[in-house]
Amino acid sequence: MRYVLRRIAHGVLLLAGVSLLTFGFTALAPGDFYSDMRVDPSIPPAAVDALRRQAGLDRPLAVRYAVWAGSALHGDFGYSLAYGSPVAPLIRERLGATLLLAGTATLAAWLLAVPLGIWYATRRGWQEALARAAVAVLLIVPDLLLAMVLLLLAVETGWFPAGGMTSPDAAALAWPGRVRDVLRHLALPAGVLAIGMLPALVRHVRAAMAEVMDAPFAQSARAHGIPPRRLLWRHLLPVAANPLISLFGLSLGTLLSASLLVEVVMGWPGLGPLLVDAIMARDVAVVLAVVMLSAAFLIVGNLAADLLLYRLDPRIRVRR
Amino acid sequence: MRRRKVWIVAACLGALHLAALRADLFAPYGYAEQHRDYPYAPPAAIHWDGGRPFVYELRPDGDNYRENFSTKFPLFFLRNGRLVSVQEPGVLFLLGTDGLGRDVFSRVLYGARISLAAGLLAAALSLAIGWFFGTIAGFFGGWTDQLLMRGSELFMTLPWLYLLLAVRAFLPLHISPLEAFFLLVAIIGGVGWVRPARLIRGVVLSARERPYVLAARGFGAGPAYLIRRHILPFTWPVTLTQATVLIPQYILAEVTLSFLGLGVGEPVPSWGNMLAEARQYHVLTGHAWLLAPGAAAIPVLLGYLLLADELSLENQADRVN
Repeated sequence: MRYVLRRIAHGVLLLAGVSLLTFGFTALAPGDFYSDMRVDPSIPPAAVDALRRQAGLDRPLAVRYAVWAGSALHGDFGYSLAYGSPVAPLIRERLGATLLLAGTATLAAWLLAVPLGIWYATRRGWQEALARAAVAVLLIVPDLLLAMVLLLLAVETGWFPAGGMTSPDAAALAWPGRVRDVLRHLALPAGVLAIGMLPALVRHVRAAMAEVMDAPFAQSARAHGIPPRRLLWRHLLPVAANPLISLFGLSLGTLLSASLLVEVVMGWPGLGPLLVDAIMARDVAVVLAVVMLSAAFLIVGNLAADLLLYRLDPRIRVRR
Repeated sequence: MRRRKVWIVAACLGALHLAALRADLFAPYGYAEQHRDYPYAPPAAIHWDGGRPFVYELRPDGDNYRENFSTKFPLFFLRNGRLVSVQEPGVLFLLGTDGLGRDVFSRVLYGARISLAAGLLAAALSLAIGWFFGTIAGFFGGWTDQLLMRGSELFMTLPWLYLLLAVRAFLPLHISPLEAFFLLVAIIGGVGWVRPARLIRGVVLSARERPYVLAARGFGAGPAYLIRRHILPFTWPVTLTQATVLIPQYILAEVTLSFLGLGVGEPVPSWGNMLAEARQYHVLTGHAWLLAPGAAAIPVLLGYLLLADELSLENQADRVN
């Protein structure tokens, strides 16, 4: 229990540090949301100053941080100047889309990577060489290119909708039709993400399996005549799972980054396009909120992986 | 055996970088040269009838182009400082053209300059920062180590692209391509120092307990001498391996940022901002050659991947012996 509390406290501290760091970057910014108005001769400078004062941009950085952090703790991430609406509902909508995409892709990638990695670890000779070549090919194709090629194929063949999350007429459909519509839109971006993650995961699963397969306990179990299937499920996988659970936490960062790019290319209405548009519009409140959210996501993912490890592996509990 | 493989891969990579460096020689056209009569021309078909290779005249035909088989334009090699050129008024678009009639092949070569240089410089920068902090943290230990490692954790709690965008978000948007290039290098390199720093710290931690280091310390050697004479050579292999891992990542980072419109801008080509033109799928359909800059990244990434694998295997072999 102490361990759990300590990990959670650590996560909260990290999040606070990240918020300080990202807020600090805003101090470096030359200009803000209203800078472009200054160039416009039809707007008097006094009006721009008044607008800035209204938005609180004239106050010192430390005060702004305190105000922002205080309200962020209540789930209020400020007011988006570009969208003219509070940030929280804006983001909630997009967050669901990103989580759906990232969750589906993670699930698909792990479901494929574990059996493939185990298969890869047990092969020798030409099958191993083939698997290695396939992994290398997948590893060197940039996600961006993969997304664009698949999008091109989708448009040319018409098998999948080209971008977006729903069809224009989706609102008129009954709910089973609506779910099917979203799934059809989900297939392509989730596929790109899953394929992008797959090679690294397969490599790690293979490395973890290869390590335990030749361990003395595995050899003695084999010598005692334990059937291969039971050996795999009862003896090898639980031991090999450790590095993989840590990897699950760590890979979330890569996943979110890849997801941002795929969302932009495929027009998936997630956090990615929102962040890019907010940067272009110098919409600080939205940028801060999205970046903080991505950090929180990563911290929670790592925390979950750590706690799961703690639960599953008695060695970690004993060591403390 | 292993050595030879490393050298072959390194030589191929070197050749690719050389092609980018001498883009002015290998590219048939300049990167901003526009052929307004030939927007979205397809890749050229080169013919050969026993003599000089040639291309047929390209004629607009509705939205497409067709070859006029009655007019031939021969190709010349190594003329006017270009590796390949075609007799005027013929045109030679090896990978087609973009919407402004600019030769995609030439732009891929010139774009490689930007993208590869960004990757190399950013990797050098982040390795330098990472080496500095990693060595200090590992060598001095204590609160310096604690402070630096806690600080580095902050950088690791953000997904890399979000971190890059967060930093980019608060820097000027409208700047010249050259400024944008150095800004990108600074951001990518400055944000990425954490992983090499942590790795190098680990190596330094084990290096400073080596008997010969302890002996030198016992003879009164100061930290500067110890680091330069004994620690630096020890961190070499891991630094080199990290370079082969970081360079391709940073090339992709540049491509990504320029693709999103936050990097190097027109008219200077980079692989990223070239791909941005193909972002609208109605432009992409029927003009698949606009994906060429993405495909051009593949051999470069492959080269670095092979190199990284070989080097890390070699490091392992060193450790076992």
